[in-house]
Amino acid sequence: MIVKDPTCAIECTHCGLPVPRGLIEQGREIQFCCGGCAGAYELIHSSGLESFYQMATNNREEMTLKNRHKDADRFTEFDSQIFLDKFVQYLSPEESQVQLALDGIHCGACIWLIEKLPSILPGVLDAQVNWSRGTVKVRWQSNNLPLSSIAQTLASLGYLPHPIRENERELRFRLENRKHLTQIGIAAALAGNNMIISAAIYFGMFSHMTDGMSQLLRVASCIIGVIALIVPGRTFLTSAATAIRTRTPHMDLPIALALLVGTVVGTANVIRGVGEIYFDSLSVLIFLLLIGRWIQFRQQARAADSVEMLCQLTPRTAHKIVDGEPTRTFVDLIASGDVLEVRPGELVPVDGRIVEGSTHIDESILTGESLQVGKTINDQVAAGSTNQSGVFRMLATAVGNQTRISKIVDLVEAATLAKPRVVQWANRIGGYFVGLVVLLATITFIYWLPAQLDTAVDRSIALLIVACPCALALATPLALAVAIGRAAKNKIMIKGGDILQTLQNKGTIWLDKTGTLTQGDLSVIRWHGDTTYLAFVGALEENSSHPVAKAISAFARESLANLHAMKCNVSQVTEFHGMGISGIVDGEEVLVGNQPLLQKFGILPTHRQQSVADRMIQQGHSLCWIVVNGEINGVAALGDSIRKDAYQSIRRLKSLGWKIGILSGDHQKIVDGVANQLDVPREMAIGNATPEQKLSIIQNTGKNETVVMIGDGVNDSAALAAATIGITVKNGAEASLAAAPVYLAKPGLNPLLELMEISRTTNSTMRGNLAVSLGYNVTFALLAFLGYINPLVAAILMPISSLTVVSLSLRAGKGGTNRLSDPSDMQIDRHEPKLNDKRSIR
Amino acid sequence: MSVLYIAIPVALLIALIAIITFVVQVRNGQFDDLETPAHRILFDDLGKKAKPERGQGD
Repeated sequence: MIVKDPTCAIECTHCGLPVPRGLIEQGREIQFCCGGCAGAYELIHSSGLESFYQMATNNREEMTLKNRHKDADRFTEFDSQIFLDKFVQYLSPEESQVQLALDGIHCGACIWLIEKLPSILPGVLDAQVNWSRGTVKVRWQSNNLPLSSIAQTLASLGYLPHPIRENERELRFRLENRKHLTQIGIAAALAGNNMIISAAIYFGMFSHMTDGMSQLLRVASCIIGVIALIVPGRTFLTSAATAIRTRTPHMDLPIALALLVGTVVGTANVIRGVGEIYFDSLSVLIFLLLIGRWIQFRQQARAADSVEMLCQLTPRTAHKIVDGEPTRTFVDLIASGDVLEVRPGELVPVDGRIVEGSTHIDESILTGESLQVGKTINDQVAAGSTNQSGVFRMLATAVGNQTRISKIVDLVEAATLAKPRVVQWANRIGGYFVGLVVLLATITFIYWLPAQLDTAVDRSIALLIVACPCALALATPLALAVAIGRAAKNKIMIKGGDILQTLQNKGTIWLDKTGTLTQGDLSVIRWHGDTTYLAFVGALEENSSHPVAKAISAFARESLANLHAMKCNVSQVTEFHGMGISGIVDGEEVLVGNQPLLQKFGILPTHRQQSVADRMIQQGHSLCWIVVNGEINGVAALGDSIRKDAYQSIRRLKSLGWKIGILSGDHQKIVDGVANQLDVPREMAIGNATPEQKLSIIQNTGKNETVVMIGDGVNDSAALAAATIGITVKNGAEASLAAAPVYLAKPGLNPLLELMEISRTTNSTMRGNLAVSLGYNVTFALLAFLGYINPLVAAILMPISSLTVVSLSLRAGKGGTNRLSDPSDMQIDRHEPKLNDKRSIR
Repeated sequence: MSVLYIAIPVALLIALIAIITFVVQVRNGQFDDLETPAHRILFDDLGKKAKPERGQGD
């Protein structure tokens, strides 16, 4: 009996994935899971870079070349004139430079390896990697070396290159980031110089500086201070002016007030020759505040990165018809009016109109409609939808960011900019605080006025600075921004911070079945019958890109000990749309397909065979009959296997206080089976649910409790929008991005647990932050009023409160979520495909 | 101490040059990527170990 034994899986020396048994070479120390990995290993070794393997981290799965396309001509487009014009810069007649996005960079060793490109490929002068963007900038001798060779080398190392698709938002981010940095740099230079001068003035007080010298220093300080106010400090003044104009109290108001009063009084004192000057405190204040804002900006921008989403939703290459022949082109180079060919299983690259052929298309990404739509000449097709069965040619009508799907992603981005409720609350409180602070400052001023003007100004400025609710206003958004950033790093995209707060009120979670609780892919669950012809079946199925074919050929590859069997002679392959496939393998006629195919060929199963099949159908699986030379040889049950971690995750969620339910459009039987496996109560497992039913169930679940719905967008858009928190999941179609505030880019339930954890820590951080900043403000405001704090001390203390809040938030961000995904907790998979070759069903 | 009458303007001039250089480099994109250089520093040691092997390996 052939059985999969997980304990003695051999790992590929390059990528660490298990080596299929058919590819194991006896007696060799190093093994590879595919030709690609073997090639990469060779290349790395021959360039003397083996230390790469010592440096590379443990999770090397991303480095695998297993599923790379086999066509070798993929990179000729890199040499085409269109490509060169669009993406390459000419530094000189001999040198060129290009930026390429690379798939597969995942650790420091990768950066090292890629930057060693000059020693791997002569002709390359320089390679610089940008980790956070996943790109490399290559400078090379363009008269000696074609760009395609560079691309080919990178690909064979395991890093698939693409031209960079920089979208609007990335550009805006970069420009704004630079603006921030510029302001910070100027503020820093001014603050630093001012502090040095200030130190001189203070020391001079003790050793009796001459008046002339003192005046020089004061004038210098004044000039720098005024410049600091006008150049980097301008933002505070303008936003305060806006706040006054629109009569909404804004945090910048007390700051602007402090800056203005301090500068005016300081300048007056310099002219007068006596009295306090505050320019040092003010310059430092401006500098530290700008840094705070920059950190906030970066955190939020990182969290809102949906470029990845768009890249996953549309393909990189397409077949453009040039002179009547399909040639592979990059999608970025396609223009409106081009004619493209789309093959079965491929994603439609751009919006357009069919001009030749007909097919069925899965448009679930855009419409939420799970049923395939039949399309023929003159019908519209949209970028991102999946072509199912037929080949067709289309005329491109909308490309790039004009496509429908691109507009959906824009919607997502726009929604990200909306301020979460809790931040609005914090801003409002901050507003009242501001009014209070200004009031207090005025009181202080008036109170101390009788004593001396200087003292009054001193104390009130100190109060303004130190009581500024910056920490208060910073506390909540910062905690949220950090949480969102941390979630994004864990591939959980959160649009807006309300979610994190709402998740603390435990209610009901409705889970979709396909893709969330199950793998989302079709795989062979049971195989009844002879395995003699398994190799033939596998070989035959390799010729089709249908999901069923892929499942079967994967199963064959996994189960066979001898790959030799797979290299059978396959001919006369015919695919029958919706029914199956037939062909001649090593002289034998092989048929693989469903009931309609059997009928077509006039083959009838026996009673026993039929009853086995019926049992499979009862359990909700799809059937595939194997027929060799006219006789039924076996039947395979195909279905979606439950994820290994589903049981543990559900148990954990329950222990946190959530009620769990399953809501699926699939057969009730299947749903019951899954619910049984996962300990979900019968009444909470609902199958055969139509979109309307899902919607009403969501609406009727406990009126006042939090309802979380996890779905994949297909069928689920309305329900997702109605839930308190809707979550869309990968491994299903990514529709309804606009309707769901959370998007899990990792499959399975683990991300949900991570999300819960992030929510918990964020809330405690926020409460902590608020406590710290409030306590802080009250204490020091009091001290300032009583005269224990002068403006310089105030200027330093104030950012310290901000920094305390920042460090508390960042420390919470570093807390690992790794303990949630502890593999030792997991149970053994109960759904391994079973082979029963002892019981032939002939 | 009267040297300060010259020293301070000169210091400010130098600060101005520094600011201009900084702003120019920001515009040139030097500070766009603050994460990769952190990784890059660590590599040189290992790189040097690898290079001598190359001559012998072929």
